[in-house]
Amino acid sequence: MSSEEQLSAIKGAKVLMVGAGGIGCELLKTLALSGFQDIHIIDMDTIEVSNLNRQFLFRQSHVGQSKAKVARDVVLRFRPNISITPYHANVKESRFNVDFYKEFDVVLNGLDNLDARRHVNRLCLAADVPLVESGTTGFLGQVTVHLKGKTECYECQPKPAPKTYPVCTITSTPSKFVHCIVWAKDLLFAKLFGDKNLENDLNVRSSDATNLSEHSEDVFECRKGEDIEQYGRRIYDHVFGHNIEVALSNEETWKNRNRPRPIYSKDVFPDKLTKENGKTEKGSATDDVSAMASLGLKNPQDIWSLAENSRVFYESLRLFFLKRQKEIGNLTFDKDDQLAVEFVTAAANIRASSFGIPLHSLFEAKGIAGNIVHAVATTNAIIAGLIVIEAIKVLKKDSNSYRMTYCLEHPSKKLLLMPVEPYEPNKSCYVCSETPLSLEVNTHHSKLRDFVEKIVKAKLGMNFPVIMSGASIIYEIGEDLEEDMVAIYAANLERALSELPSPVISGTVLTIEDLQQEFSCRINIKHREEFDEEREPDGMLLSGWVEAPVDKNNNNSIGNGESTSSALSMEEIQEGEKDVEIQETSESAENVTGKKRKLSEVSKGTIPDHSGLPDESSRNQNQLEKPDVDDEDDELIISNDWESLTKKKRL
Amino acid sequence: MDGEELTEQETALYDRQIRVWGADAQRRLSKSHILVCGLKGTVAEFCKNIVLAGVGSVTLVDDRVVTDESLPANFLILPHENHYNGKTLAEVCCDSLKEFNPMVHVAVETVPLQVVNLFLLGGPAGDISTFGVEFFEKFDAVIISCCSLGKKVLFQKLINQKCRKLSKRVAFYTVECRGSCGEMFVDLQDYKYSKKKLEETIECQIEYPSFEEAISVPWRALPRRVSKLYFAMRVIEQFEDVEGRNPGETSIADRLGVLKLRKELCETNSLDESQIPDALLERLLTDTREFPPVCAIIGGILGQEVIKAISGKGDPLKNFFFFDAMDGKGLIEDISGPSTRS
Repeated sequence: MSSEEQLSAIKGAKVLMVGAGGIGCELLKTLALSGFQDIHIIDMDTIEVSNLNRQFLFRQSHVGQSKAKVARDVVLRFRPNISITPYHANVKESRFNVDFYKEFDVVLNGLDNLDARRHVNRLCLAADVPLVESGTTGFLGQVTVHLKGKTECYECQPKPAPKTYPVCTITSTPSKFVHCIVWAKDLLFAKLFGDKNLENDLNVRSSDATNLSEHSEDVFECRKGEDIEQYGRRIYDHVFGHNIEVALSNEETWKNRNRPRPIYSKDVFPDKLTKENGKTEKGSATDDVSAMASLGLKNPQDIWSLAENSRVFYESLRLFFLKRQKEIGNLTFDKDDQLAVEFVTAAANIRASSFGIPLHSLFEAKGIAGNIVHAVATTNAIIAGLIVIEAIKVLKKDSNSYRMTYCLEHPSKKLLLMPVEPYEPNKSCYVCSETPLSLEVNTHHSKLRDFVEKIVKAKLGMNFPVIMSGASIIYEIGEDLEEDMVAIYAANLERALSELPSPVISGTVLTIEDLQQEFSCRINIKHREEFDEEREPDGMLLSGWVEAPVDKNNNNSIGNGESTSSALSMEEIQEGEKDVEIQETSESAENVTGKKRKLSEVSKGTIPDHSGLPDESSRNQNQLEKPDVDDEDDELIISNDWESLTKKKRL
Repeated sequence: MDGEELTEQETALYDRQIRVWGADAQRRLSKSHILVCGLKGTVAEFCKNIVLAGVGSVTLVDDRVVTDESLPANFLILPHENHYNGKTLAEVCCDSLKEFNPMVHVAVETVPLQVVNLFLLGGPAGDISTFGVEFFEKFDAVIISCCSLGKKVLFQKLINQKCRKLSKRVAFYTVECRGSCGEMFVDLQDYKYSKKKLEETIECQIEYPSFEEAISVPWRALPRRVSKLYFAMRVIEQFEDVEGRNPGETSIADRLGVLKLRKELCETNSLDESQIPDALLERLLTDTREFPPVCAIIGGILGQEVIKAISGKGDPLKNFFFFDAMDGKGLIEDISGPSTRS
């Protein structure tokens, strides 16, 4: 591996790193030690205490500072003569355009969210710069290589989308603890402490107004002369008592489900609360405001009783109003906000108690509510080593040796680090192969706004889209737009698709471009009258776009926030499968092209016969059991991307 | 071990990893003592990993004086003369490691002059193989990356034996990286642990061969598909021993000598010479400096293994791990005699 040729390729290379976190710190260190001399690094975050268990370039004294800048400073201490250029910025900023990317010989991602990965993927395609992608979660990790036209792009394979849940599951029929968390965080917390003007599905009508009369009032508004305890009890009774009773009154819902029980404050706390909080005025410093501290609850790993949870509920509510009055109305849930985490944990637990769902500790609840990725230093170090090895191959243009490498927790056929040859591009990938998509939508009911938010931004991942129908621009987001255009676009948003100045109806082909990503795609519109409210609540169905189904409750509008660091989804790990190994399942990925070929097959000029969709189940099982070939140069080609073995590609 | 809770500081710092292995495992780690001998790049990586993980203490042994040679793969050494002038590798690394986690006790063990073994006068590392068995009892895990002058195998055997003589189980690891390749060996003696499978807890037990037992397993008795790297490393290792070289002190000029040794060993072991390809041996002869990405990978795997053994959580690997950047495979080989074969 090390030779003159290699050394000079490394020395002369200009490398872009995106992310200076878990993978980033290890990667920057390894790049520097390996002889790289010109490294640029983008990261918008600042250093937090929880980073320090693995982002070893950072110290306690660095908390609050820019990751990119500190990483650079620390690495320069042991490699003073190299050039590291930090950018404390969001990689989506317009200055990181195609021309910026073109300057680099290779781009190395160490990101923690799908959105940014897709963005970088598109820019690398547009700039025709090789991309080495990676991700880790706990003991699992992977490194993949992407070269335009030669291998799959990052979006060719389905990536699990952030998990979302049906609205009614959250508001009426929770069955898992995570549903209670989402309720507590996105509904209750948001309603009490967030922007009151935002739409919220929480039932806020008081028991006096079961119909929408003019005199109905918002329960969450503090009443005249009410003290905090009365307010607290009223909220408690409303959400845990009254709302449950209302839900119970609908018999249909509970036919096949366990009925929840309403909980009222008088049952949990017959006496006044303030008596019990002997230590309430302790620790008046605002940064240490904590209900747990105030109540003497020491261990975040303890699972509190209903009574304890209720105490935390009241106490955190009280402390918000007492000590953080100014922030109320502007707060969003932040996993590092201790009081917010306490409130959400307590509220979720009380709701869980009501529905017979097991209670969880603050530690666990925080992880779920905050989408915390569990992470250790060793996996990041291993992955960083693998990234540098791939980067060097890319610089040497050693295309036969490119590998996707999976770091497993449990060995598969003796392998803990499993290399797999990359696949050629997916011809149906709408990102790199420009395949048109189809959208089924009720063009008379759905508005342009729905299309823009749910399809263009959310599903297609575009930030600055320009939407055209034929030659007319229906809508665009950008800087320097003329005022009258802005007004027209704003008006267009509120129109139904078929009522746009340039009507969008069945058969219309829309072209959508994001100039920054230099990415464009076409969508064929098909009108459909009916949509299933439960399964297709958006009222739109996009196809030809490859998405990994997460579970049957797929098309929903309430999420738990961003999915996590790697393409290895948190859901897979949370859903009990601690060992996410190659799944020998007959429900394997339908090979959309029917002709997925490995790079080596392509370069040898042979085209194995995969015509007609292969019998995936037997093919994959055969591959999985394929013994090592008696050849010292054999590449261990185990299988397709193992994730996709468990997913169906929906057409 | 039980009952003592993690401090608030520990909970905050270790939050993300506690979510991986749990608070109990974290507690056990915080009470563990690790001995590390031979501070090359891979071991530096390993030390970083376990310090971050929050072990109780790390004791470093490497009396070699820092030179420019030590710098390349070891990020714990800052290349300022003032920083390392006159200091030993252990001393310099100690200072750097402490910064990663103030809660871990990092210290240097120097070898008192009177016990420096004659063999090693002028040699690079202090010879802890002459230390009494009781020295090793202080530790829960011992990691060796050899720099002994021409006595790598003996050195490793001796230390391993001492670890095995104790009533307490001391985990033993060796590691070596050369160019694109890396090798790691694990001996946990008689290791018992429990794990959760679905809803139940199952008790597991693994018996490990000692280092000496492992490398004595006749080659023809090993499964057919054993990694060629295992054999190649044994040939190189023996060559270096016989020639009195430091690990890594070889070049293409040694090619003929190595091939001759291979022939002899293969004959003795009834192994076909093609099982140890020329090309592989040549790489190992010429490409001897540590390659940082491989250090990171092996240091990471080693870190994980030690964490598993100390916390008692997770299936430890048995008993060799190999990585070769040429094919990108990281694989586990079970090199044991019939009595300890899994």
